[in-house]
Amino acid sequence: MLVRRLRRAYRRAAVRGYKPPAAAESYRGVWVLVEQTAGEGAPVSWELMGVGTKLASELGVPLEAVVLGDGVEHLAGEAIAYGAKKVYLVDDPVLATYRTYPYTRATVDLVRKYRPEILLMGATTFGRDLSGAVATELETGLTADCTRLEVDPETRLLKQTRPAFGGNVMATIICKKHRPQMATVRPRVMEMPKKDGSRSGEVVREDLFLAEDEIGTWVLETIEEKGKAVYLDKAEVIVAGGKGLGDAANFELLKELADVLGGTLGASRAAVDAGWISAEHQVGQTGITVRPKVYFAIGISGAVQHLVGMQTSDVIVAINNDPKAPIFKVATYGIIGDLFEIVPALTREFKAKLSSPRAGAKGGRPWTKSLMLR
Amino acid sequence: MHAVCCIKQVPDTTEVKINRKTGTLERKGVPSIINPYDVHGVEEAVRLKEKYGGTVTLLSMGPPQARDALKKAMTFGADRAILLSSRVFAGSDTLATSYILAEALEKIDAEERIDLIFCGKQAIDGDTAQVGPGIATRTGVSQLTYVMEIEAVDFTKGEIIVQRKLHGARERVRARLPALLTVVKEINELRRASLPNMIKAARSEIEVWDEKDLDGEVERMGLKGSPTAVTKIFPPAPRDRGEIIAREGDDPEEAAARLVELLVVEKVIADI
Repeated sequence: MLVRRLRRAYRRAAVRGYKPPAAAESYRGVWVLVEQTAGEGAPVSWELMGVGTKLASELGVPLEAVVLGDGVEHLAGEAIAYGAKKVYLVDDPVLATYRTYPYTRATVDLVRKYRPEILLMGATTFGRDLSGAVATELETGLTADCTRLEVDPETRLLKQTRPAFGGNVMATIICKKHRPQMATVRPRVMEMPKKDGSRSGEVVREDLFLAEDEIGTWVLETIEEKGKAVYLDKAEVIVAGGKGLGDAANFELLKELADVLGGTLGASRAAVDAGWISAEHQVGQTGITVRPKVYFAIGISGAVQHLVGMQTSDVIVAINNDPKAPIFKVATYGIIGDLFEIVPALTREFKAKLSSPRAGAKGGRPWTKSLMLR
Repeated sequence: MHAVCCIKQVPDTTEVKINRKTGTLERKGVPSIINPYDVHGVEEAVRLKEKYGGTVTLLSMGPPQARDALKKAMTFGADRAILLSSRVFAGSDTLATSYILAEALEKIDAEERIDLIFCGKQAIDGDTAQVGPGIATRTGVSQLTYVMEIEAVDFTKGEIIVQRKLHGARERVRARLPALLTVVKEINELRRASLPNMIKAARSEIEVWDEKDLDGEVERMGLKGSPTAVTKIFPPAPRDRGEIIAREGDDPEEAAARLVELLVVEKVIADI
């Protein structure tokens, strides 16, 4: 009974009979699926174009992109500017807002037709919802949250490295026989490539034969939570606090420092679990991965779960009274001492240094400069 | 109403340590817990049962010890618990896992029609968030991930309205039943187990199913049915150790001045 009522997608496969996937050799090319909201491309997709370009050149194939949506032709051009040689575009009203089923159908149909050997997506709410469905339909392997992607040009296998067991170990995963090899990467893990509007590429339009009533889900509305939203992943300066703060009220000290630097507040899981600050601020394995120019870890001991979420920051400043705290192992600059003395001193010092007369003209707001530290 | 909650027994990853010399996991003595997100799925299903009447079935796959997780989850007020356990299932990646769970759901559905399937948004040991979408795709039910609130359910009309938690926004979605929901912690506050439920749980029998109880093909289960393989496990690369610029007993003002100087000199933070 369940089968008849429920198995829309699965049924189709079942009726056809399960066939082992076609030979891996017949799949060629590296694809990046471009995520978009209301016609705006997600930065993670462009970051993937960077790593995708590298993988494609090592395999001797072109990098290609998939753009899905309604009125999103301009994104095909943007994908080309970020390095795609070819863009598969499905532009259809049914794809106006993201819904699992139509996006899965569109992606799966493209993959079955053009057979890429690698398919990359962002590990965002969108990418996580879609990639699991797509990989299942295609009966192929999927590795989530990769922090490193490499190919072996001989075997053409994608070596997918990701944290496992809550970030306690790194694991390298391969998908030997099934294609495409699918992987997701969190935002800000890969470097953003340069955009070059002079690049040229081909756009291939494909149709989606899917009627609205086949879908069964309707997005009623999207409520922006602007005031409440914390854009940690976009922050250039993060001032994060942990257990060492001892109390919710002490986040005020951090906020003062963050305000001087135009930074955003972050937190360890311990601080969030203690109820001192909301979960939106949590950095780490179960929180958000960040890659700011400067990360202040204040009263954070540095459990691996936290480290995996912030260790690619350009500069890490650790302030902690425990000289043995693991955070000092990853810190660019460490201060062993009492945060309640050091943080206010830092705030004063930054205020003094950053309020030169010239700064006043632009409202005195400091800015961060990109720095090649790595 | 019939809701099935998929739960996973996981090691408490905050307690897992790695042996830096051998690069292996020290799992000895690490306590097992029910994946924290899954528990909220069970709680939500039980709340629906209290409102609309019906049955809550728990489903888990794992080694025989996973019985403990099911027993514990029963105290929330579930009615039935099934453990999928067999050597054939061992080594399953997410694709094979969703296959086995979908086969079990077929069988459960044949006994009593399923309206809702609950999963946690992800498990804390793998963090993949793939099994929920995998089950939804295989069974063809509506897929609703990151659900933070169930606004309304109409079992006669066969529809549900939920709010999904997105980055910086929430999305209201209407979907056809049956549906699979993966839930975030915000969906509810856990309640203390009631005495009758505790007694019921203690007396409950955990049914154990293996591959012979399912219709599926054995080739698609366990290691054989898993396209992915782990080739290497190693400790995370340590970042280059930086410098300690002040120690206990140093003047905090001086330490602060030094740090600001360093950051400004390196132009990490600059003035306009």
